[in-house]
Amino acid sequence: MLTLEGIEIAQGDFLLAADFTIAPGRKTAVIGPSGAGKSTLLGALGGFIPLRAGRLEWEGRDITQVPQGQRPIAMLFQDNNLFPHLSVAQNVGLGIRPDLKLTADDKASIALALDRVGLQGMEARTPGALSGGQQSRAALARVLVQDRPVILLDEPFAALGPALRQEMLDLVNGLATETGATLLMVTHDPADVRRIADDVIFVEGGRAAAPQPAKALLEDPPPALRAYLG
Amino acid sequence: MAQRAQPIIGTTGIAAGTFVVLAVLLSFVGLGLRAELGRGLGPAEWAAIRFTVVQSALSALLSVVCAIPLARALARRRFVGRGLLVTLLGAPFILPTIVAVLGLLAVFGRTGWLNTAFGALGMPEVSIYGLHGVVLAHVFFNLPLATRLLLQGWQSIPAERFRLAAQLDLPPRMVFRTLEWPLLKQVVPGAAALIFVICLTSFAVALTLGGGPRATTVELAIYQAFRFDFDLARASLLSVIQLALAGGAALIALWVIPNFPLSAGLDRKLMRWDARGGVQAWVDALAIALGAAFLLLPLLAILLAGLKGLPQMPAVVWQTAGNSLWVAVLSVGVLLLIALPMAGWISTRQRGSAEAIGLIGLSASPLMIGTGWFILINPIADPVPLALPVTALINALMALPFALRILVPPMRDVLVTYDRLSRALGLQGWSAWRWLVLPRLRAQIGFAAGLTGALSVGDLGVIALFADPDRATLPLQMYRLMGAYRTEAAAGAALLLLAMALGLFWLCDKGGRWHANP
Repeated sequence: MLTLEGIEIAQGDFLLAADFTIAPGRKTAVIGPSGAGKSTLLGALGGFIPLRAGRLEWEGRDITQVPQGQRPIAMLFQDNNLFPHLSVAQNVGLGIRPDLKLTADDKASIALALDRVGLQGMEARTPGALSGGQQSRAALARVLVQDRPVILLDEPFAALGPALRQEMLDLVNGLATETGATLLMVTHDPADVRRIADDVIFVEGGRAAAPQPAKALLEDPPPALRAYLG
Repeated sequence: MAQRAQPIIGTTGIAAGTFVVLAVLLSFVGLGLRAELGRGLGPAEWAAIRFTVVQSALSALLSVVCAIPLARALARRRFVGRGLLVTLLGAPFILPTIVAVLGLLAVFGRTGWLNTAFGALGMPEVSIYGLHGVVLAHVFFNLPLATRLLLQGWQSIPAERFRLAAQLDLPPRMVFRTLEWPLLKQVVPGAAALIFVICLTSFAVALTLGGGPRATTVELAIYQAFRFDFDLARASLLSVIQLALAGGAALIALWVIPNFPLSAGLDRKLMRWDARGGVQAWVDALAIALGAAFLLLPLLAILLAGLKGLPQMPAVVWQTAGNSLWVAVLSVGVLLLIALPMAGWISTRQRGSAEAIGLIGLSASPLMIGTGWFILINPIADPVPLALPVTALINALMALPFALRILVPPMRDVLVTYDRLSRALGLQGWSAWRWLVLPRLRAQIGFAAGLTGALSVGDLGVIALFADPDRATLPLQMYRLMGAYRTEAAAGAALLLLAMALGLFWLCDKGGRWHANP
């Protein structure tokens, strides 16, 4: 269970408050107008944006001050998810050991993860030699070997075409279901929400609302959400 | 409240920076022990100060004045070999001073090409020794630097402005006033200040072309006090003068010194519609021809004389070449050990705050540091066996500002671009160096190492203080051959030295870019 206890994030004039819990294994879409603070919320969970107040807990343990890489979190950003000078296998391997001292077992798990995302045999390639979709798959393979209980997606597939984005979301959905991970993803598209989200966090007016069941919320949106969805 | 984030590549740079400051401060301690400031400045010291300032000012002025037509011509003309010429303008950075001096002697010396031609025409002989020789050599080294700085400025004028000028059919005078004059006002003072500071600590040029009471720089005077009179008190006093002079000028110049264009990228094609023909085309052609001849003829002279001289070289030349190679490799190693952590540290800080430490190399002169260290080492140990390691260390300190200028901007980029991803993966400390910074900066590291290797192998400075007949570097050996009037052997050694400097640079630079990263 991920608990956001009285969290306040301040960046200049911008303020965002959040106070709720997310049940383990739920898939949650974070939606809201541009500039409302969706990415800021995920950034704060990942430890990239300091909290002005409040605590962040995972399974009852305070992780507010835990360094980013040691949180129970795997995160994909909008861009720069891969190191262009490292091979696909090395990029994935960083998810197991940041010093890349990989054992034979580690290498086997890397191969397995690449297999799972459909990149079998591409270990030695560099990201530059992959298509956009394949780069996303490589990043997902790393999320897989990181094996963290929480996955944060800050629109990593935004640059892909609609069909490819659907494909990636289905892949993420499948992976999260298999591993039982808690998934939080920023999105602009109600179709994405319908497709994979159990719950929705609506971010607007300086507040991230507690997660609501997606289906009910989309069928009968409150006025602010209705205005956003158009 | 979250704690302040530690930089992912750690803070070893603070230790490296401290080492640099201590190395320089230590020499101050040595100088302070011996300098008798109460003794005051005699006429010889005043003469040295006067000559140093005058030759630096003249060198800066002439370099910049000559660079303006050359840079202007290069900026607006396309011709076969332009790219090569622009590349060659970068060569004096890695050209050993003593080699260039020999080349200049072959062209402008008593029996050089120019005087031979003058003699045939019945004109009087010109002498290359003294003030004008020193200035000539400094212009040879700094005209290309000034040209590159100006060319960089010229190319920063947006193409749209030239299009507008063409559309309005502005006459050349107006193009100059509206486009070029504002640029010159911006670039020229900085370029002149940089060259002035560089020339203040000139040693090898003054050693070979100057000398005597009327043409001695402070740096040369330190050497003479040390080497001929072994008057450590006077050498220390002169070192303090040098520190005040060069250090003070460097600090003042810091405000106006531009970024030196060390890298390529000056061959960008720029469409120009003005100055299409007539007088201006002839003026440009003349500027390019004269500039190219001035820079290339001495190199050609070295090549011709060197090929003839190679078989005349005594065996000791090869032995000293080995010493030089060793010094250069050691310098590169020391430089990388200092510059990489320092660049990492500077990159994570606010712009400019820590870069000043790297500039110590520009303000502290090699002979000053050498004198200070000698005074400290002498009572404890015999300094002579330390001649080569000390030379290597000082060469690394001198190359440090250049290396930092090369390394810091791309390192800043890498740390900004991959900071989040590295933190998300827990990539930090040595792992971040190993898997992120070093591989992404390979090309720049190779370039910095190449420059350092070339500067170090060709350096004739502090080694002249410490060396005995058994421990010389190739530049010093070359100087000894010149002093013994063994001109052909010296020319052979010059060619060898030139090949070593270019080879070291090429090897490191190519090595960095070989299979370079996307």
